[in-house]
Amino acid sequence: MTLSVALKHEVGAFRLDAAFTCGDGVTALFGPSGAGKTTLVNAIAGLLRPDQGRIELDGEALFDAGKKIHIPARERRFGYVFQEGRLFPHLTVRQNLTYSRWFRSGARPQADLDHIVGLLGIGELLERRPAQLSGGEGQRVAIGRALLARPRLLLLDEPLASLDAHRRNEILQYLELLRDEVKIPVVYVSHSVEEVVRLASTVVLIASGKVAAVGEVEEIMGRPDLRAAAGVFEGGTVIDARVVAQDIQYDLATLAFDGGSLTVTNLDALIGESVRVRIRARDVSIALDAPQRISIQNVLRGKISNIGTDSSGIVDVSIAVGAVTLRSRITRRAVQQLALAPGLEVYALIKAVSLDRH
Amino acid sequence: MMSSAEVEIIALSLKVAFWSVAASLPLALAVALLLARGNFPGKSLLDAVIHLPLVLPPVVVGYFLLLLLGARGPLGGLLEQIGIVVAFRWTGAAIACAVMGFPLMVRAMRLSIEAIDPKLEAAAETLGATRIEAFFTITLPLALPGVLTGALLSFARSLGEFGATITFVSNIPGETQTLPLAIYALTQTPGGDAAALRLCALSVILSLGALLVSEFLVKRANRRVLGYDAVGRA
Repeated sequence: MTLSVALKHEVGAFRLDAAFTCGDGVTALFGPSGAGKTTLVNAIAGLLRPDQGRIELDGEALFDAGKKIHIPARERRFGYVFQEGRLFPHLTVRQNLTYSRWFRSGARPQADLDHIVGLLGIGELLERRPAQLSGGEGQRVAIGRALLARPRLLLLDEPLASLDAHRRNEILQYLELLRDEVKIPVVYVSHSVEEVVRLASTVVLIASGKVAAVGEVEEIMGRPDLRAAAGVFEGGTVIDARVVAQDIQYDLATLAFDGGSLTVTNLDALIGESVRVRIRARDVSIALDAPQRISIQNVLRGKISNIGTDSSGIVDVSIAVGAVTLRSRITRRAVQQLALAPGLEVYALIKAVSLDRH
Repeated sequence: MMSSAEVEIIALSLKVAFWSVAASLPLALAVALLLARGNFPGKSLLDAVIHLPLVLPPVVVGYFLLLLLGARGPLGGLLEQIGIVVAFRWTGAAIACAVMGFPLMVRAMRLSIEAIDPKLEAAAETLGATRIEAFFTITLPLALPGVLTGALLSFARSLGEFGATITFVSNIPGETQTLPLAIYALTQTPGGDAAALRLCALSVILSLGALLVSEFLVKRANRRVLGYDAVGRA
């Protein structure tokens, strides 16, 4: 699947002028609130008609201002999970889930329903009304409802925004499961680094109505220069790793990656499972000698590949650790005191407790 | 208990009220939808015209209807050519009642439609529904309590309608003489006080009954629509 979007739209004083192309897997539209993400996704869904531009799915024009093409939302076959769920209050959960059946025919509707209901764990809720659901349950039903319409593409607009941290984590687990089980391309709108790192493979960074960058999640999250553009996340490194050992006594896990291993705290994953770890650049210290008698659990040996030229007091240093480029954020004075330079062998120090759990 | 004349009067009143509501309901729903969701030039004017029967003296409304739909009226003449006569018929009484009850009906429906989030209809469209399908599966069921309230308000208004009816279709026993008109006729008749009082009592019972039924239906609709009793007591 290839979705290409190029559009211009004005709402009051706000101008959206964005163009990007994305493919299979999970694409995150990532950026701060008010950047124009929802406008963009509404245009993709067909709920909003942009002033100018073109939206194309696998060569088929869904919208073309020049040729006056605007395929209505109902014919685009895009599933849409809204921030606030938008379940139909007068219908039961089961009726909400099967609503699209009135208008679209599926091949094996009952099997589909059973499968999705099982995946999302909403079997107990089928006869309830939306008013009797918690926020997390409601969003699971909304996701199921969108999936049961047999969409070509699934759009999720900040589906976790109205949930508390615990519920958010629960839905994230379901979304990970869906990503791996249901092979539908997903466009995921979010302003949360955690969600994007956990779910997305491609990131489209949106800032003040424009596309600031497009790339792999590891690349985008690692580029410190994008921090200012996005204004929402600080630079860091995303590492794909595998759980290789667990220490039950100390509630620690050991992760192996291309370049070494990491010790992290109470990870909610089994041995052999793949996990993604994000290391914030400011949590990485640099030492010239292997430190002795120190509480830091992760000491990685690497070679400096790049030193930022920022004129402020803060400098971003890239360290090649195996195949991974680790970002470290230190003061400019520290760079001078240690005489850091590209090619120098250093030790990167990371506290185990500073690692984000993904 | 009731005399056959009284039964006839009540049956006629109910018939007139029922048909006035039944005939005007689809139009009222369309107008309510237009006012709630539409955005067009002249919306305020349409709104004002709809509300006119509420503020005009009923006799004025009745007289307009007579001029328009009477045998010599522009519309009445046309209708007569295809064999429909409404002047001085019970159908005319139903039209008078429908016009008088129309603003009440539109108002209740409009309020309930405005309370429905249009985003739900957008959600229905992403699931494959056309605008019309979304209206019938989402908007209308959610607006049902308001539609019922409007219909019953208009029904109750029709049972009490006097001025426009007597002006438009006169006071013909058995044809256009509804309950209020019959009471009026009796009070104008020497020795009719006792009979008038009996009809007044019947009128109270009928109106009270209509209000109770309305309350019950709206509550039930709310339960069915939302799964709980959503009618707050203001």
